[in-house]
Amino acid sequence: MLEIDVRKQRGAFALHVTFAAATPGATALFGRSGCGKTTIIHMIAGLLRPDAGCIRIDGTVLFDAARGIDVPAEQRGVGYVFQDARLFPHLSVRDNLLYGSRRARGRPPRLKFDDVVELLGIAPLLGRRPHGLSGGERQRVAIGRALLSQPRLLLLDEPMAALDEPRRAELLPYLESLRDRFSLPMVFVSHQYAEVLRLADEVVVLDRGTVAAHGDTCAMSRSPALRAIVGPESIGAVVEGTAGEVDAPTGLARIQVGAGQLLVESADLRRGQRVRIQLLARDLIIAVAPPAGLSVRNSLSGTIDGLAPDGERAWLVSTDIGGATLMVRVTDDARQALELTVGQRVWVLVKTVSLRGHVFAGANRPPR
Amino acid sequence: MLLDADEWQALRLSLDVALWSLLWNLPVATLVAWVLARRRFPGRTVFDAFVHLPLVLPPVLTGYLLLLLFGTRGPIGGWLLRTFGVHLVFTTAGTVLAVTVMTLPLMVRAIRLTLEGIDAGLEEAARTLGAGPVDRFCTITLPLMLPGILAGAVTAFAAGLGEFGAVITFVSNIPGVTRTLPLALYTALQTPNGDATAARLAATSFVLGLGGLVLSEWLARGLRRRLGRGAA
Repeated sequence: MLEIDVRKQRGAFALHVTFAAATPGATALFGRSGCGKTTIIHMIAGLLRPDAGCIRIDGTVLFDAARGIDVPAEQRGVGYVFQDARLFPHLSVRDNLLYGSRRARGRPPRLKFDDVVELLGIAPLLGRRPHGLSGGERQRVAIGRALLSQPRLLLLDEPMAALDEPRRAELLPYLESLRDRFSLPMVFVSHQYAEVLRLADEVVVLDRGTVAAHGDTCAMSRSPALRAIVGPESIGAVVEGTAGEVDAPTGLARIQVGAGQLLVESADLRRGQRVRIQLLARDLIIAVAPPAGLSVRNSLSGTIDGLAPDGERAWLVSTDIGGATLMVRVTDDARQALELTVGQRVWVLVKTVSLRGHVFAGANRPPR
Repeated sequence: MLLDADEWQALRLSLDVALWSLLWNLPVATLVAWVLARRRFPGRTVFDAFVHLPLVLPPVLTGYLLLLLFGTRGPIGGWLLRTFGVHLVFTTAGTVLAVTVMTLPLMVRAIRLTLEGIDAGLEEAARTLGAGPVDRFCTITLPLMLPGILAGAVTAFAAGLGEFGAVITFVSNIPGVTRTLPLALYTALQTPNGDATAARLAATSFVLGLGGLVLSEWLARGLRRRLGRGAA
């Protein structure tokens, strides 16, 4: 468990953040620029001193203002991947990687040099100097360097912010396998919602120095606090499921989600794999009778468990499909015509092609 | 061959003095430059100005101030004499001190310039990787400062060979003890028929100074290439 309770006053900006995140697990600090995300991980790393509060990880106190404890950054065993990599220019990639592991202070070497190098695909770079590397390569070396310091917690400050789109796409799978292969607690900062959806087990939504919402990624995807940050068009429930049989002729995979099933176009899904799917509220259709004669491949029956106004003249209909909750955006007109009310039996229709780019391979660990 | 015995003596003394003051200056200038570039403390501006004073004061005045402080009746000079029996006035050690004080700001400036070009974020990164203050200074900051230190050292050495005003004021002009190249040159100019000696000494100084500057630039460029340009 990572427990954070910190206050910091910086000029007119007041930060007061309290949350506890499960370990191991990937926790995203999500919010707009200037909401205090980087300040928080600086405090966890020990690079910035909170005015008050405490920071604990798995029972170890890193900072406690009341008890006068402030473990120096170099003794915290907290790995930090900076936005700008910060590789040491006078050392080779290999020596950069080994810098932290040589100073691991008796922490057991859980992460092996060869494994990390292989996972990050940096073996061909070992003999080179940092200044010849591309942005993505630098960031991978920086991640490797932090991992090999055998940290009890890995912090990543917008590790992809300095990269262009192709480089991001290149780095993302490495971060995913990092999360899945080593059971290492991770806290990462992001203002990219797509990144959060792919990587995070838990999301802490920050707004102007305070926690606006906090929960697991699926629950957070339905939080009203998100709307202000990601905009109405990105609103949509995220559900997790397990990939079933992949039907070769149609190229479709059946994903068990709650009590229902979703057909998705299967690029490289394996049977039994955990899958995370974002179902955008604007793409879903609600029906009050079992639909027939439609091209829509997915029809999930459920019960309305909430109705909330969504901007002007629209509503978000929250529907429980038995162990998972979907959100459907309808116009006020449609709501009235269908007389939608809480407790009503409905069918939620999902076009399979609308899920393109919204199906992510989830963490291969059992759902919590 | 080209120089006579007295001229050789002046050259040897100059090289000796410049080398010794360089050895003193290396740690001092590195530390001062680091403190000025990386630390914020009350009185920093005053300290900064104090270190750089010899650059702007007339060297004769610096020599005079040294005389007041390090003379046998001066607060520091008197103490040194009583405690260690060290004489500075009219000695080669005093010459070294005068040259050290005069060339310190040159080295501090060169090192500080390099240091300010080093991303302080690298030291932060080293911290998160478990390196304590001394460790990260030795493994990150110092190697990256090396171009500045080398460039500063060569410049300071070359300038040290030519220091005149502070030396002649503080330790006078004693052949073989404090008469360095520029003092010998000055003496030659004051002597009837000293033109030939003056010309040889002038040429020697010229070559040493120019060589120093070229070497300094060349070393700095080579090191920068090795360390890689820009931040990583």
